[in-house]
Amino acid sequence: MLADKDRIFTNLYGHHDWRLAGAKARGDWQGTKEILDMGADWIIDEMKRSGLRGRGGAGFPTGLKWSFMPKTESDRPHYLVVNADEGEPGTCKDRDMLRFDPHKLVEGCLMASFAMRAHACYIYIRGEFYNEASNLQVAIDEAYAAGLIGDNACGSGWKFNLYLHRGAGSYICGEETALIESLEGKKGQPRLKPPFPAGVGLYGCPTTVNNVESIAVAPTILRRGASWFAGFGRPNNAGTKVFCISGHVNNPCNVEDAMSIPLKELIEKHAGGVRGGWDNLLAIIPGGASVPVLPKSICDNVLMDFDGLRDVKSGLGTAAVMVIDKSADIVAAIARLSAFYKHESCGQCTPCREGTGWMARVMKRMVKGDATLEEIDTLERVTYQIEGHTICALGDAAAWPIQGLIRHFRPELEKRIASYRESKVRASAKAA
Amino acid sequence: MSVRQLAKEQPDSFSFKPEYAERAKRIIAKYPAGRQASAVMPLLDLAQRQEGWVTKPAIDVIAQMLNMASIRVLEVATFYTMFELHPVGKHHIQVCTNLPCQLRGSDAVVHACKEKLGIGLGERTADGQFSLMEVECAGACVNAPMAQIGDDYFEDVDATSMRKIIDALKRGEKPKAGPQNGRVHSAPLGNFTSLTDEPKPAPMQDMAAAKAAFEKAKADAAAKAAAPKT
Repeated sequence: MLADKDRIFTNLYGHHDWRLAGAKARGDWQGTKEILDMGADWIIDEMKRSGLRGRGGAGFPTGLKWSFMPKTESDRPHYLVVNADEGEPGTCKDRDMLRFDPHKLVEGCLMASFAMRAHACYIYIRGEFYNEASNLQVAIDEAYAAGLIGDNACGSGWKFNLYLHRGAGSYICGEETALIESLEGKKGQPRLKPPFPAGVGLYGCPTTVNNVESIAVAPTILRRGASWFAGFGRPNNAGTKVFCISGHVNNPCNVEDAMSIPLKELIEKHAGGVRGGWDNLLAIIPGGASVPVLPKSICDNVLMDFDGLRDVKSGLGTAAVMVIDKSADIVAAIARLSAFYKHESCGQCTPCREGTGWMARVMKRMVKGDATLEEIDTLERVTYQIEGHTICALGDAAAWPIQGLIRHFRPELEKRIASYRESKVRASAKAA
Repeated sequence: MSVRQLAKEQPDSFSFKPEYAERAKRIIAKYPAGRQASAVMPLLDLAQRQEGWVTKPAIDVIAQMLNMASIRVLEVATFYTMFELHPVGKHHIQVCTNLPCQLRGSDAVVHACKEKLGIGLGERTADGQFSLMEVECAGACVNAPMAQIGDDYFEDVDATSMRKIIDALKRGEKPKAGPQNGRVHSAPLGNFTSLTDEPKPAPMQDMAAAKAAFEKAKADAAAKAAAPKT
């Protein structure tokens, strides 16, 4: 298990002072100028060597993403946009960083912006996080007042402005181009790519959008060195990670541990185990609502990292582990997620707009068993007609939970359909 | 997609009160010149904070302030679900019923709210004090089930604690937000399983050595690229 001295988010639970004095005492804002003095190329190289993969769900290598930004400034300013629109069901890690370790994020914004030659950064925080936004704004104001950011950030000669922008309750704005649209004052509907944001992003300028956690871990990686971070987890899955463990466990919690930790160990060490013991486990959704559900047999041995979960046809996503025990109705659980995607589809692409509604309606019937056996195949076929046929990944995200359900729990669906039929037959026989 | 429309009954006019107008000015200044449309969401939020909900006259006033067509502001107001297009109660209770909350009993919490307030989802009490809504994931999943009341999150609630919170609000008190079961924010209930040591600044890597290694690697790569291919 990861030792406390190797944890990045030392105030994850808010049990220490989150303001500037407390943050400095825990090591934030130390040697910041020294790191900036190493130069943009070194910072990006160090981030690449650390093996950090984006923490927002897709897992794209962060250093590589930063390197896509133009190397020189032109008349079009560069922007860093931080995605703090956390809303993937099951996920609540960024919230703790925003409210209890805001200075890690502010310092990370400076370092990342400097590396990408951006003088301005916008943090897009979900609207519901009002108190979290208040804390973060205090941290930004403190950093300005202390000269850590502003006209001459940390005395480096780099001008850097940081702004907070609050969203207003739209899941789709977590998609990077929808987020950019929203930040420009429009409906949050994703843009077609290419052009990619690194070429044409916010206000038509080169932009990189990163998740809160990806940015907030950067200062510690740069301070302690790429090889320190790369020393945790399996190759290609480096680092530490904040996991959110929710659902049917004894003690739901957020916790930072090393990547590639076995799922079972994660739950038993930190969350007090599955309610009623490991054998009472039915299934786990290991990475937020969009990744396919896994039955207990896979959960017994799977490792919590990108490759481990991809190999079992699921995904690490945001590392939001939702535990479902045997008392739960697995079909109803997935149907609830289908209802969510129907609610959150932005309506731009037909397969998603119509498909999420259709899937939600069929799933509602599947919960009761009010369907035919053939409809299971039809449902599965439709998920593949939505997946990959939309501008953004919301269509995929809506399709995967159902695919996972059919892959692992088809007998349950069939059983339900049979018993519903039987009850109908019995009812009509009684009536006759 | 959720279908959202403006309320049928609308007030005649809207204007920002001086202190809100001042805040609006500061918000607009956050965005580059000519990009003031970026301020549309914060301004709609401001109008909602002043009036309790987003009215048609407010949409028109904001459109004018930001030099936008009214329809563009209307689009934004109807797209984002946090903009209340109908009057809501003084205490607007939004219970999350998404999967992590559902697994831990949000149905019972919704039921308790309905029973206690005598209203259904999407309704407001006759005295205008309370309104009740079901919302999608609010991002406090390890503290499920949860309800947002106004700006505050009430976490680890159940039917009993929810009734108590409503009673306190009825008495005009300000119940304590956050976890209702005594735990420390998102930490596991009971003993911490991590972060028990006193935090100390992490050791810094040898920057001079790191710089030297980086320069050497760069030079080696350049030499390799320049070397004639064999």
